[in-house]
Amino acid sequence: MSAYTTFDRRSFLKVTATAGGGMLIGFQWLTACQPTTAGAANTWVEYNAFLKIADNGQVTIMAPNPEIGQHVKTSLPMIVAEELDIDWKAVLVEQAPLDTDKYQRQIAGGSGSVRTNWETLRRAGATVRDMLKEAAAQEWQVPVSECTTENGMVKHTSGKSLAYGALAAKAAELPVPEEVIFKAPADYKIIGTRAKSVDLDNIVTGSQQYGMDTKREGMFYASIVRPPAFGQKLDNYDDSEAKAMPGVTDVVRFDDKIAVVGTSTWAVISAKAKIKANYSAAAKLESTDGYMQALDELAAKGSAEPRRQDGNAKQAFRQADKVLEATYQAPFLPHAPMEPMNFFAHVQEDGVELYGPTQTPASARRETAALLDIPEDKITVGMTRMGGGFGRRLRTDFVLEAVQVSKAIKAPVNVIWTREDDMTGGIYRPAYVYHYKAGIKNGELAAWYLRAASVNSGNGTRQDNFPAGALNNWQVDYNDYASAITTGAWRAPHHNFAAFSDESFVDEVAHELGKDPVAFRLELLEKAKSRPGGEVKFDPDRYAGVIKLAAEKAGWGQSKPTGVYQGIGAHFSFSTYVAQIADVSIEDGKPKIHRIVCAVDCGIVINQSGAENQIEGSIIDGLSHAMYSELTFKNGQPEQHNFNAYRVMRIGEAPVIEVHFVKNEEAPTGLGEPGLPPVIAAVGNAIFAATGVRVREMPFTKIDLRPKDNLLGELIK
Amino acid sequence: MSALKLSINGKSHTIEVDENMPILWALREVVGLTGTRYGCGIAQCGACTIHLDGEAVRSCSLPVSAAVGKKIITIEGLSAKGDHPVQQAWAEVDVPQCGYCQSGQIMSAAALLRENPKPTDEDIDIAMQGNICRCGTYTRIRKAIHLAAEKAR
Repeated sequence: MSAYTTFDRRSFLKVTATAGGGMLIGFQWLTACQPTTAGAANTWVEYNAFLKIADNGQVTIMAPNPEIGQHVKTSLPMIVAEELDIDWKAVLVEQAPLDTDKYQRQIAGGSGSVRTNWETLRRAGATVRDMLKEAAAQEWQVPVSECTTENGMVKHTSGKSLAYGALAAKAAELPVPEEVIFKAPADYKIIGTRAKSVDLDNIVTGSQQYGMDTKREGMFYASIVRPPAFGQKLDNYDDSEAKAMPGVTDVVRFDDKIAVVGTSTWAVISAKAKIKANYSAAAKLESTDGYMQALDELAAKGSAEPRRQDGNAKQAFRQADKVLEATYQAPFLPHAPMEPMNFFAHVQEDGVELYGPTQTPASARRETAALLDIPEDKITVGMTRMGGGFGRRLRTDFVLEAVQVSKAIKAPVNVIWTREDDMTGGIYRPAYVYHYKAGIKNGELAAWYLRAASVNSGNGTRQDNFPAGALNNWQVDYNDYASAITTGAWRAPHHNFAAFSDESFVDEVAHELGKDPVAFRLELLEKAKSRPGGEVKFDPDRYAGVIKLAAEKAGWGQSKPTGVYQGIGAHFSFSTYVAQIADVSIEDGKPKIHRIVCAVDCGIVINQSGAENQIEGSIIDGLSHAMYSELTFKNGQPEQHNFNAYRVMRIGEAPVIEVHFVKNEEAPTGLGEPGLPPVIAAVGNAIFAATGVRVREMPFTKIDLRPKDNLLGELIK
Repeated sequence: MSALKLSINGKSHTIEVDENMPILWALREVVGLTGTRYGCGIAQCGACTIHLDGEAVRSCSLPVSAAVGKKIITIEGLSAKGDHPVQQAWAEVDVPQCGYCQSGQIMSAAALLRENPKPTDEDIDIAMQGNICRCGTYTRIRKAIHLAAEKAR
């Protein structure tokens, strides 16, 4: 598969005499920091926003998007290097700052980095490859058709060759080609290999810098007191004791927050505890029991304007042989990345420097400009590698705090959140209640009706999820619940709950019909091809492909060790197809997960190691929250403040994970999120297979799965 | 504030600090060794794990005064050239995702292998239970510890 493309003719070419910094990748252990090319770079030719080559042949590729652990700092430059046709081990990778003129969509979100940059990055590499080839042809005075490239060299049919470095300056004088031919996937030497993270060596030696490590001349640290309950406002406070603490230089108020400023993190977090503040309620202070009941009632109402309506579900229920009903629910969740929120800001008269962990640098700049009422071009945003984020760092509240504090104290500041601040400071995966109805007619699924409610979500459903389009009658209603508890995107937003509930309810229907859950899904996907219910937002064949591959690899339907049962979950999100099969047994009334077998169709896999890692991690993340995690509230205050009360999965609970990718030549899609949603249903469905108990709420470990006769035995004891 | 004499990665440091300051913050902000990470502050996540006289401890929950007269080893001092068998194995397996917890994971793993040069999966699960990885690299961590055990032999 190759493609022609038209190059956007922009004056990218720029020759600079400055040697760029950057991280050398792919070097041998113990010979770290020795570039594989000889001599120092004197002149760099910057061909486009992504690529520069030095006269010594050193190639630097810019990584445009924020790196949050999804390995785009590695995978995006690999795409450029592939088309440029160089040795990946000789490439330097540099993290680009925010530059909306040079780059598009510098966002770590929506699993979109690879998908949205695929064309651009290939073009960035391929145009320069062709310019180097043309430069060599002119140098040798031969037709360019007699020249080829390989590993950073242009070669002629006569056997002559020239290194890219020797051609860099000459190539820069040539016009940028308007059309290029991309490599065929069969010719890939870098894409599809197991490339290690470009920051790997810094990470394992501790020298990797994160936002928490930012330190500048004259910089202060700040820790912020926020209202303890959602819905409260700050009335007044006494900071006299805090101000008297060693290392504290200032206490400043903005909005409903109080910032304690000082010379070390320890000084400011110690002094923060000495602030005496009084608050009053400005909105309803909610508790878990109350809002779950309110969500349930809101969901049951249905809505006048459905999110999707095919046919007439309500009428179909009246004509049905049987109607199944079930209610699913899930709690609020914090993101809890290992690196708590933090950000550096230096607000000065003539401009603002922002630096730190952000998934959306452009929003950080835009909102800072609005807050300070200054033009955006007065603000620079540098991006650090992030210690996780899972969607939390799509928000800018912590950036704006740093801006407010720096402005108030007229000095650079790093605002540091404690774990408690991070867990109680808001922006959560919202709680959900979904009411389902399925109509069975003549042994088939004839109608599906979902009435949903969630919190501050706009639309807390994914109304086009499978099996939408596969049946005639389909309706999805949604009602939003307004709350002072703040919510936002959490890895695979809404999919992370909708896939659990949709795929569990599909399983309920399969069992009601006496059909094998895998066969039933394949049957529905086959039906979807004739589109009896309108729009089908996924490719039924690719969807079926991952289900079949997972079933085959997991030995679905074959005999299992005693006490081990299987469940399946499959889901399409962010343009990627994923099916997972869980092997589960029940021990002491709790599920034990032995193995997850996963099949993924994300088109072309860019980095095999990074891709597998994303899926493995998504599975652990999904299982962690399915099994253990919940954030509860009392009178507006979160009841879990740290990892002692808020439980996440630990190593001893992690199952064996097998990941299989469908091999095809489809354009690559993202992997940061799609691996998470289906695993929750896979485990829930395996629990049903093992016990006959249908789990309809998370976390699963709250549910006692001991057989009733055992339970009776326990009571008698 | 007191002047405390500390042995860190084989070097002697005299620092002026509040002696209740946790070792973590003294290392990060006074000595300037930022490889030891803050994750929870209450010894629940393991991101701050260091070796104190050879034993893996959570530096967020020990006052710096408790380190006087003892030998502190941090991720930066685990090996002179970054080639401790655990570091080599971590690189070979390409363990990290975000990487933030990995200093602590590596320090816990190195302490485990010193005590138990050939750990089983179960030994690994027990020894590493105190180190959270929110990215979910646990299966790679297990694999890397077995590989490090082989390399050390």
